[in-house]
Amino acid sequence: MVLSDVAATPADLVAARVQMAISLGWHIILACFGVGMPALTVFAQWRGLRTGDEAYERLAHRWAKAMGVLFAVGAVSGTILSFEMGLLWPGLMATYGQVIGLPFALEGFAFFIEAVFLGIYLYAWNRLPPRLHLLTGLPVCVAGVASAFFVVSVNAWMNQPRGFDLTNGTVTGVRPWEAMFNPATPLQTVHMILAAFMVAGFGIAAVYAAAMLRGRRDRYHRIGLLLPFTAAAAITPVQIVIGDSLARFLAHHQPTKLAAMEGLNRTSSHVDLSLGGVYLDGRLRYALHIPDALSILVGFRPSTVVQGLDAVPAADRPPVTPVHLCFQVMVAIGLGLLLLGLWLGLTWWRRRDLPRSRWFLRLTVLSGPAAVVALETGWITTEVGRQPWVVWRHLRTADAVNPAPGLWAGLVVVLAVYVVLTVATVYVLNRLRTQRVTAPQEGWAEEFAP
Amino acid sequence: MTAAQWLLILAWSGLTLYALLGGADFGGGFWDALAGGARRGYAQRRLIEHSIGPVWEANHVWLIFVLVMFWTCFPGVFASVASTLYIPLTLVAIGIIARGAAFAFRKASTELWQLRLFGGAFALSSVVTPFFLGAVAGGVASGRVPYGLAAGDLVSSWWNPTSLMAGALAVGTTAYLAAVYLTGDARRGGDERLAGAFRLRGLVTAVVTGAIALGGLFVVRADAPALYAGLTGRALPLVLVSGVAGLASMALLAARRYVPARGTAALAVAAVLWGWAVAQYPVMLPPDVTVSEAAAHPAVLRATLVTVILGMVLLVPSLLWLFAIFQRSPARRAATKE
Repeated sequence: MVLSDVAATPADLVAARVQMAISLGWHIILACFGVGMPALTVFAQWRGLRTGDEAYERLAHRWAKAMGVLFAVGAVSGTILSFEMGLLWPGLMATYGQVIGLPFALEGFAFFIEAVFLGIYLYAWNRLPPRLHLLTGLPVCVAGVASAFFVVSVNAWMNQPRGFDLTNGTVTGVRPWEAMFNPATPLQTVHMILAAFMVAGFGIAAVYAAAMLRGRRDRYHRIGLLLPFTAAAAITPVQIVIGDSLARFLAHHQPTKLAAMEGLNRTSSHVDLSLGGVYLDGRLRYALHIPDALSILVGFRPSTVVQGLDAVPAADRPPVTPVHLCFQVMVAIGLGLLLLGLWLGLTWWRRRDLPRSRWFLRLTVLSGPAAVVALETGWITTEVGRQPWVVWRHLRTADAVNPAPGLWAGLVVVLAVYVVLTVATVYVLNRLRTQRVTAPQEGWAEEFAP
Repeated sequence: MTAAQWLLILAWSGLTLYALLGGADFGGGFWDALAGGARRGYAQRRLIEHSIGPVWEANHVWLIFVLVMFWTCFPGVFASVASTLYIPLTLVAIGIIARGAAFAFRKASTELWQLRLFGGAFALSSVVTPFFLGAVAGGVASGRVPYGLAAGDLVSSWWNPTSLMAGALAVGTTAYLAAVYLTGDARRGGDERLAGAFRLRGLVTAVVTGAIALGGLFVVRADAPALYAGLTGRALPLVLVSGVAGLASMALLAARRYVPARGTAALAVAAVLWGWAVAQYPVMLPPDVTVSEAAAHPAVLRATLVTVILGMVLLVPSLLWLFAIFQRSPARRAATKE
C-alpha cells in the first residue's frame, strides 16, 4: 500500500518545514554540547584528581552542573524530533521508516546508555569512590558520540539513499546495514561530530574569555578558557580538511548541492571559485573570482568538469541564494577560527602564555556564537541544498508531509514554546555561571532547608 | 513465533516499562502540584525531586524506544497514528518539553519565584502529558485510527468517550504509582510521617483510579464494543489480575507494607496494558489491520531484533546499577558535605 499524499494547503507545507527547521536547529546546538561537553568535563575532573589542582575540580563541578541542564533540555527537544518525524512527515516514515529504522534503534540504545550513566555521573558524585565515579563519565562520552554517528547516518542516507528496492513506489526489499553505511556516512558523521566538539569547546571558552575581559584573570578562569579552547582549536584544521573532502564528495555524488553552494549555473571545465557574492535573478553577482580554482579543488586540474544547476530540470533544483550564502558564511567562520587558534598556538610556542592583546579575548568571546553560526549555516547548507527532495531523487519533501489541515496552528504553538524555552535556558545557564559552586546536583532542596 | 511478534512483545514491554517508570515520574509532578505552599510542601517536593532526579531521563528514553520500534517494525501503523492523532501528540510533545526543561531549571534555581514558576510548569505538564497519551491510546483502541495518512477524523479520533476515559485513567494511574513508590522512598529516607502522607494519597488514588477503570468498562461497552468483547473474553484473566493486584496493593498500603505494595501496584497497571494488547491482538489498527500485514520487511525485523537483544545486554545491567545506587540508603555522603 502506498502511503503518500500532498499537504492540505501550501501554507501547511511551509509550516511543517519551518517547524522542523526550528526544532532541529534548536536541538542541534544542545546536542553539540551533549556530545562535546562530557569529554571536557571528565578530562577536567581527571586532571583535578591527578594533580590535586582545585581549579580543575571546580571547573568540573561547574560544567557538570551546566551539563545537567543542557542534557535535560537536549533530551526533551530531541524527543520532540522523533514525534515530529511522524507528526509532520508521515509520508517519509510510512515508506522509508523501516529502511532507516536500524540506526534509529541503535541511537535509542546509545541515548539510553547516555541517560543512565549521566544520571549516575551527576547524582552519584559524592556516593561513589572518586575513581569509579570518574569512570562512569566515560560511557556518557562514548554514547554521546555514538548517538551523533547514528543520527547523522540517517541524514547521510537522505542524501545518498541506498539499501532498498522499490516496486511501484513500495519498498519491497531492505538491506538495513547498507542503508546505514551509505557513501555519505563516513564524511558526514565525522564532520558533524567534530563540529560538536568545536561548538562545545569554543562555546565554553567564550564564557571564560568574557570573565577575563572583566578582569578575572586567576588560574580558574585561565584554565576554563584554555582547556576547551585548545581542544576546539586543535580540531579546527582537521575539520577544514574533512569539509574540503566533503565538498569533493558532493561533486561526484550530489553535484546539484555543490552547484547551489557555489552558485554555479553552467556545467563546464575551468570553473572559477567564487568567493562571496549574492545569487540574484538566476546568477551570482558581486563575487570575487579565482580562475579555475573550483575545477582544481574538485579534480586537482583546471580541465575538471564541474556540474552546474543546468544538469537537472528547474523543478529539481534547490533554492540557491540561502545555500550559497550559508555555505560561504560557514567556510569563512571556519577559516577565522583556524586563525584564532593559530594566534594562541604561536604565542604559546614563544612564551607559554595567552596573547597579551585584549583583542584575543574579544575574539574568543565571539568564537562561541561564531561556532554556533557555522554549525547552523552548515546544517542549512546540507538540508536546503538537498531540496526539493527529502530522500534525494526518491521522495519530494512536498510528498512526505502530513496531509492533515491546520499544521500552521501547530507551528504557532511550537514557536511560542521554543521562545519561552530559549529565554529560560539562557537565563538559567547565565545564573549558573555566577552561582556558588556546590556538588553538581545539589540545588534548592539543600539550600532552602527550613 | 515470528520476528514481528517478538518485536511487538518487546515494544509492548518497553511501553509497559515507560508506564511503570516514566508514568511514576509524571505522577511525581502530580503530587508536586498538590503539595501546597512553599513551606508546607517543602518535604514532599524534596522527596519527589530526590526520587525522580537521577532516573527520569533514563525512564523517559523508554518512550523513544517505543516510538522507534513502531516506526521501524510497523511503519504504516506509526504513520497512520501520528498523522491522524497529530493534535494530541503535538500536545504530548509540548508537555514533555515543558516538564523536562522545567524540572531541570528548577533543579538549578535557588530563588523562590523561580522555584514557583518552574515548579508550576513542571507540575502542570506532568498532568497534561499523560492525559493526552491516554487519549491517543483510547483513539487507537476504539478503532478510530484507520490505516492511511490522516485518514481518521482529526478531532473525534481523540475527543471521544473512550479517549477521555483512557486519559483520566492514565492521569490516575501515574498519581497512584507515584504515591505508592514514594511511600517506600520516604521510609528509606527515615521520614515515617511523610510515608504516611503518601500512603493516604495512594489509598485515595487507588479508589479513584479503580473506579475510573470499572466505570471505563461501561464506557467501552457502549463506545467500542469490539474492545469490550476482547476485554471480557480473551483478556478477562488479565483484567481480573489487574483488579486483584489493585485490591492487594490497597491492603498492603493499609498494612504499611510499602515494598510489596509497589510490586502489586505495578502489576495492576501492567495487567491493564497487556489486557488491552491481548484483547485486540492480532489487530493493530482496528478493525482490520493485523500485525503480519503491518510488519516491515523481514530483513529489517531480523536486524532490529538482533540490535534490540544486543542492546538490552548492555542496557539492562546499566539500568539495574542506576536503580541500585539510588535505591540504597539516601545520600549520606552528600549530606555530610553540607
